Amino acid sequence: MSGAKGPVGVVLVSHSAAVAAAVADLARGLAGGGATAPVAPAGGLPDGGFGTSEELIVAAAGSVDRGSGVAVLADLGSAVLTVKALLAEGELPSGARLLDAPFVEGAVAAVVTASAGADLAAVEAAASEAYDYRKV
Amino acid sequence: MLDAAFMSRWMTATAAAVGREETRLTDLDSAIGDADHGANLRRGFTAVSATLDKETPDTPGAVLALAGRQLISTVGGASGPLYGTLLRRTGKALGDAAEVTREQLAEALGAGVAAVGQLGGAAAGDKTMLDALLPAVEALGRSFAAAAEAAEAGALATVPLRARKGRASYLGERSVGHQDPGATSAALLVGALVEAAA
Repeated sequence: MSGAKGPVGVVLVSHSAAVAAAVADLARGLAGGGATAPVAPAGGLPDGGFGTSEELIVAAAGSVDRGSGVAVLADLGSAVLTVKALLAEGELPSGARLLDAPFVEGAVAAVVTASAGADLAAVEAAASEAYDYRKV
Repeated sequence: MLDAAFMSRWMTATAAAVGREETRLTDLDSAIGDADHGANLRRGFTAVSATLDKETPDTPGAVLALAGRQLISTVGGASGPLYGTLLRRTGKALGDAAEVTREQLAEALGAGVAAVGQLGGAAAGDKTMLDALLPAVEALGRSFAAAAEAAEAGALATVPLRARKGRASYLGERSVGHQDPGATSAALLVGALVEAAA
């Protein structure tokens, strides 16, 4: 590979626009110290209501695709189902993948790892590992 | 034989049924869900109906694929990707044929239902739309009316079940005693086949 490709992109799909945007900010903030990987929130419906928007997810994935793959995190039922349906229909950039990870912790791990220049498999592993951290 | 116009009538009749039953779907969903099933499905099927008013694809498969796409992009809740996948996969399974038999539709719908089960990780008895759709597919080989009755019976049979998928599953035992909204709307979809055939 030429190494001309950019970092892995991260898409955060939440039922709430505010949640998606805030988690994106948090993840960027904690990954700070240099250039961060591209992160795009896809929260709520286009009219601002709670829900999942195919349109917003597809646009967000396109906006963070630098040719190295796109890591997608989703919060609740319909967000997860919509991403899976889009992947099954081939409507997300090639190399897009839904990560099996907790939303906030996984997003931070994914953005930190992607910002360090890791490939999609490493980003996925880092985000999934967030499940191993028990709180009680 | 069933052609593209039949599938359009099916979708339009579903939109009408969802519009008529919106309040009931939402009432059922307010008991064990987040009270948006009626409004979400009405928004989705209204968009399907409006799209089919403007353009009718040439084949039965293409009509269902178009309807499925509309649902995924407009519903906004879990029923969007679930119903969208159901119709798209059914449409895909019908292929490019200009006309299909009821038996072929039954087989294609079976493929669509299987895709829904895979997407949601649900099986029969989980108190989901599958509890109406699986018996409907089985009965569709006999007649549209048999499929509609089987779907209706399947929806009623969700009442004593405990939800294992979706938001209702958070309620555990408290989901028992309520009819599943998804199985109820699935019965509307199957019931609309009878109207389309009339």
